[in-house]
This record gives sequence, structure tokens and C-alpha cells, in this order.
Amino acid sequence: MARVGVFVCFCGANIADFVDVPAVVEEAKKIKEVKYAIDYKYMCSDPGQGMIRDAIVAHRLTSIVVAACSPRMHEKTFRKALSDAGMNPYLLEVANIREHSSWVHQKDKKAATEKSSDLIRMAVAKSIANEQLHEISVPVTKRALVIGGGIAGIQAALDIADARIPVVLVEKSPSIGGKMAQLDETFPTLDCSQCILTPKMVDVASHPYIELLPYSEVLELDGYVGNYKVKIKRKASYVNFDTCTGCGACWQKCPVKVPNEFNMGIDKRKAIYSPFPQAVPNKPVIDAEHCTMLLKGKCGICAKVCEKGSIDYAMQDEIIEREIGAVVVATGYDLWDPKPYEEYGVGRYKDIITSLEFERMVSASGPTGGVPLRPSDGKIPKSVVFIKCVGSRDEAKGIEYCSKICCMYTAKHAILLHHKVHDSHAYIFYMDIRAAGKGYEEFVKRAQVETGATYLRGRVSKIYQKGEKLMVRGEDAQIGQVVEVEADLVVLATAVYPYKDNPELARLLGISYDKYGFLSEAHPKLRPVETAKAGIFLAGCTQAPKDIPETVAQASATAAKVCGLFSGDTILKDPMISKVNTDYCSGCQNCVTVCPYQAIVTEEIPLGHGSKEIRTVAKINEGVCQGCGSCVAICRSMAIDLAGFTDMQIINEIVSI
Amino acid sequence: METEVKEKIVSIEKPHLEAPADWQPVIMGILCNWCSYAGSDLTGTSRLQYPPNIRIIRVPCSSRVDPWFIIKSLQASADGVLISGCHPGDCHYISGNYYARRRFLVTKKLLNFVGFHENRVQFSWVSAAEGPKFAKVVSKVTEDIKKLGPLHLYKKENI
Repeated sequence: MARVGVFVCFCGANIADFVDVPAVVEEAKKIKEVKYAIDYKYMCSDPGQGMIRDAIVAHRLTSIVVAACSPRMHEKTFRKALSDAGMNPYLLEVANIREHSSWVHQKDKKAATEKSSDLIRMAVAKSIANEQLHEISVPVTKRALVIGGGIAGIQAALDIADARIPVVLVEKSPSIGGKMAQLDETFPTLDCSQCILTPKMVDVASHPYIELLPYSEVLELDGYVGNYKVKIKRKASYVNFDTCTGCGACWQKCPVKVPNEFNMGIDKRKAIYSPFPQAVPNKPVIDAEHCTMLLKGKCGICAKVCEKGSIDYAMQDEIIEREIGAVVVATGYDLWDPKPYEEYGVGRYKDIITSLEFERMVSASGPTGGVPLRPSDGKIPKSVVFIKCVGSRDEAKGIEYCSKICCMYTAKHAILLHHKVHDSHAYIFYMDIRAAGKGYEEFVKRAQVETGATYLRGRVSKIYQKGEKLMVRGEDAQIGQVVEVEADLVVLATAVYPYKDNPELARLLGISYDKYGFLSEAHPKLRPVETAKAGIFLAGCTQAPKDIPETVAQASATAAKVCGLFSGDTILKDPMISKVNTDYCSGCQNCVTVCPYQAIVTEEIPLGHGSKEIRTVAKINEGVCQGCGSCVAICRSMAIDLAGFTDMQIINEIVSI
Repeated sequence: METEVKEKIVSIEKPHLEAPADWQPVIMGILCNWCSYAGSDLTGTSRLQYPPNIRIIRVPCSSRVDPWFIIKSLQASADGVLISGCHPGDCHYISGNYYARRRFLVTKKLLNFVGFHENRVQFSWVSAAEGPKFAKVVSKVTEDIKKLGPLHLYKKENI
């Protein structure tokens, strides 16, 4: 026989002013199963919890109902009080008589009192059907997977590895470094990007706890938090990295020339190549799409010149499997293609380039040796127009959001231009200057004062050619007039766009992405580095546009999350998950279809006791189930139930009033 | 040839003019924990007032709502039912509210078919940030049910 204790809270005046609490207590006492009912000023206070603990023992209570604020507020508090009294914490139900009664029916005390009594009746009825539940303990594999070897992935991998947790770092291109490796100098301090990044890249390569897998892609992820299995494709590099010394003889002799992605296609690389001189690992790979030996079976020069005999044209893709406990996704971003801006003549005029192309040109190690040159005639430009928000904040042609970094890097570009070409002049068309960040506003001021750059507030409407020059026509909104600027070079600050393979990756990992393709965090404010799937975290621009300091901060945050997850040998999971009664299960597998987490698998059990024939039934993977209850409602034979929200509990609630 | 049967389902509920003057409907509200329940909490913290007729049941996700709960509510105690979940695309459990929506449409068709007025059971999307919307939804549902009067159809005691 159930013995329920009801504890009604005044919540100071919050409940007591609008609900007749003593009357509610008297009403509760009339319920058959209620053996004890009492009120108190603040149930959540220490004396209040003490009352619950004492009553559990004194009245041999079998379940507890606390009528107070929302269970979203203090359910955990009261569960702990039950635990302290030696009672299973899941025998608690909370009747929400504050948010759902006293606060919303302040003008009708009688109705609020009646409603509160009803809510208590429902909670009592539900609690009678409550079962003892125990948190599920799941073992943890203490190894992390980091996807993406840009600055976000590098920082996350280093921070996790420094905590002596093994890391598998997967990078799709031949070298780690990402977009940051392409940058010349970084705002707002004008640190040389390579100088601050390459030591970290070397640390990754030499770290005893990091397994670096360059030129690799994630194919599959199975399992659940603490117990994932990942399949990684190691693309054939056709070079044996173990024996290759990175001497460079092969790429010097290779006769095939291909546009160099690292330099934004400004110069050429070879078919066997290492993306840039500081690459980590500094070993070349053969680009199978362009290598004549691989395509036509003729050439083989690189194999001839390689003293170590490292070239292996027969090399195949390799599938690597690893067991891991957590994933950090740091796939970075792509740049938006400005083609829709037809009025700018993108693609028609050679001297219109993107910011990253400009960045490569002003880089000392870049294709032009650190001097910006006009792509059309190779002359040094004297008048350069920078156009911001190309694609950003433009619903019609691009995307709605602000790319966040363009205001700052365009200011940087004005400074870099001034440093490289002293007699040049920068014109910057902008919508707003967004320079929120430590030292950012000062940096923009510096750009304006130091370089004398002309900041023009307004959009550019047209670019056309006039002789050798490009004429940039736009509006100067501050004087309310159309202006025309004669430019040698036009630089477009194109929008930061989600990494193109994000949707596919999200599906593969079982996480979600937004309408643009950025991966979604679990909560935009309070859980910004976690995804909705336990054990998968986000770092850097894969989630939203970010600058380097923010990316690094978020990467370190993911490392803290991973370390926290791995701090014990097991993880405790909420026990409110589905369970199958195999006696009723007909094996229709409707539940398998609706489960959003692939938490339901099938198993084969004997048809009857001792029978040799088998039948198929559903099986819940306790580690994966999140407890949504989709499978419960779809199950025709009522073989599945959700602990904590069983059919019995909910029906009890429904019929109690 | 495909023939389309278009029939208007007419409620067989009779107007109950005999409802006592002080009659108040009971509405069973089944809300998902992450959006609508949180939204209803916000209505409370914002002290927005709504009619006291609704009794709220918390479920993890609107996809947990079995049509049985709706039918049982109507049969046992309630004059109307409100189901509320996260907005499409915002489900805490990725896709639960889509299942809920489909299941609800079918349930509602069945209820209409057996004679319930279509306003007896209603569905809404209320996010955790939409306290005012929750108050509005509850007020509207209460108003609708009040117009329909007490539910006698298929009540346990009448069978």
C-alpha cells in the first residue's frame, strides 16, 4: 500500500498570497494514499528539506510529492533530500503550484487553490506508480577524436593531450594549419600568423599523446558518449611517410603543374606537393587527379629521383578504426563565392580579388613575395578599393548574418597595403564598422590614422573598366552622394560560409546544423560548445563565424569538457530511458525507425522458454537512449515504456481529477 | 479513375444548454519538457495571467504523447485537451515533434469522425521563450471549450 507524503511550500508570499495553502494541505489529507501532509514557508531551505527527511523515516513514506515551484527549478534539490533520507530519489514528484498556479491566477484565489489541489492530486497519483530508478553507469574510453586540424583543432588537441589523454587528430588536407596558416599577419597586434602557429603545429606532430592522421577523413561514427567507434579513411598519399625525409627532390622535378590551392590559385604547384614550406607533416602527397603516372602510367620521375624509394604508386586508401570517448568537431569555414555580384564584374575583371587572395599576396612567403600585384598586368596597385560585406548581411544575394571578422581584417589589409606599398591609398566601402573586442576599436582607429585610408559608408552599386583602371561606383551615405573611385585593384571581403561538407558530416555524426550549414550547439548561451549529442563538442568557425582569439578560447573550452567527461572511469546517465518488455514485443521495428538517436537495435531471442527457434525483438542501447519516448508512443503492442514517464504514471495523472 | 470523397464531418455533439451557471471546463494540457513546459514556466515568472482551467502534465517530448492519453483525458475528466511541443525544427530530441504532429493529425481526424468537435483537442507550438504566447494559447483554448460546453460524449458514466 502506497504511503505518500505531501509537502506544500509557501514560497514566502509567492504561493501563500494567492493560494490558500492550509486548505490545500487539508484537501491533500483527504486523498486515500496520503499518510502525511504539511506546509512550510520554504520547502527548499535546509529546515524544509529536513522536514522531508524526517517524515520519510517517521511515517514510512513510499513516495513524496512536493508542491512548490517548477520541477525544472528544484527537482534535483528535493531528489537529493530523498537520497539523504535513504529513499530512492526517483520516488519524488513535484506539483508545480507556483509557475502554474499562484503566479498565473493572482486575481482568483479560490480557483488557484482548487487548481493547486488538483495538481497535487495528479502528482500523488503519478508518484504511486513511480518506480525506483538508478543512474546508469557507462564505461568511458579515454581517447578523443578531433576533426579538423586548423587552429581550433590544433588547440583542442594540444589541450586535451596535455592532460595526458590520447587524441586522434584527423585532417583532410596533407597538412594541419588550416586557414590560419594562409594568413600573413593577424589583427589587432599584427603578429605574424606563421610565427605563432607553426610552433603549435610542430607541438602537435611531436606530442606523445597525439596521433596525427593527415590526408584523412571520417567515414563513420557508431556508439554513444564514452564509447564511440570511428572509421577513418586514410587517403592514399602514394608516398611512404615513414621513409620520406621531405627533401623536396620529387616536387622540384615533377613536370605537372596545377593551380596552388594554398595560394588561392595565384601560382602553381606540382602534382606531387607539400602544401606550404612549413607544412606538418612536411611530407609530400601525390595528387591522383593530376599525376600522369597514376592517370596514364607514364612518367614516374618522382620515383626515379627519390633516393629513399619512398614513392609507391600502388598505395591504396586505408581504413583505420579507433575507439574513442568524445569528439571535437573543428572543421572551420569556407569563403563565400562572390559570383552572384554580377554588377561588380566578378569573374569578368581580373583585378577583382578576394581578401584571402590579397592576404596570400601580402604574405612574405606568398606567391608574389609579399607585394600585392594586379593579376591582369602584374603592376603594383596604387589605389586599392576594399569592399566589405560581400555576401554578408545581404539577404538578397548572400546570407543574413554578419561574418564578424571582415571589418577587422579589412582594417588590417589597409595597414598591410600601406606597409608594402608606401605610396598607395586604400578606399574602404563599409556598411558599419563592427570592432567589438579587446584592442579592436583602437586597431581600426590606427588603420584610419596611420594609413589615411578613406572610409566610405555605403554600398557599391557597380564596377566597370575604364582603360587599365576599374571604376568603382558607390554611395557615400554620409554626404548623400554617388561617388566614383578609380581603382587599380578591388578586394572583396567575402562572407564566412560554413564548411561545405558540414551537412554530410552532421548526418554522419548524428548532430544538427542550422539553415546555413553551421553546426548547432546545444544551447546558444549556456551550452555553446556542446552539441545536443552527448560527447560531441564544437570548436571554432564550424559553429559560427569567429576570430582567432574566440576560436582558441572555444577550443580550450572543448578540451575542458572532454577532460571533465573523462575525469572518472564511468559516466552516470539519467535513468529516465526506454525499456522493452520482450514478452510483448512483436519485432515490427517501428521503434527502430522513429528513434532519432539510433538507440534501438534488434536482438534475437528464443521463441519460447528453452525453444531452439528464434524471434526478433527490439533492444534499447542504454548508453544512447535520451529518453524522448517517441518509441513508446509508436509501439503498437505496448512493449516499450519510458521510465519516469510510464503509461501508468501518465494515465494515473489523467484519471486522478 | 480516382474519385475524391469530400465530406464535411459534422460534430454530433449537442449544445448543452443545461450547463450550470458556475460550470468551468477542465482542460488537460500535455506539454513537452524542453519548450512548452519551460514556456509555461516563463508565463508564471512573467506573472502573465490566464484562465485557471488547465491542468498541466509534463512529458519529455510531444512525441511521447500517445493518442490514448488524449482519448483517456476526454473520457475521464477533461472537456478539452491541449498538446504543445517545440516549434518544428527546434525539437530537443531532433525530430520528435514531427512525429507528434503527424500522430496528432490522425488522432484528430479520428476524434472528428466519431463526433467530437474539432476544437475539443488542440495543438500548439510554444517555445521556451514564448511565455506570452502560452498565456494566449491557454486563453483561446479555454474560450473555445467554454463555447462548446461540458463534454458528455463518450463519458464513462454515460456508456
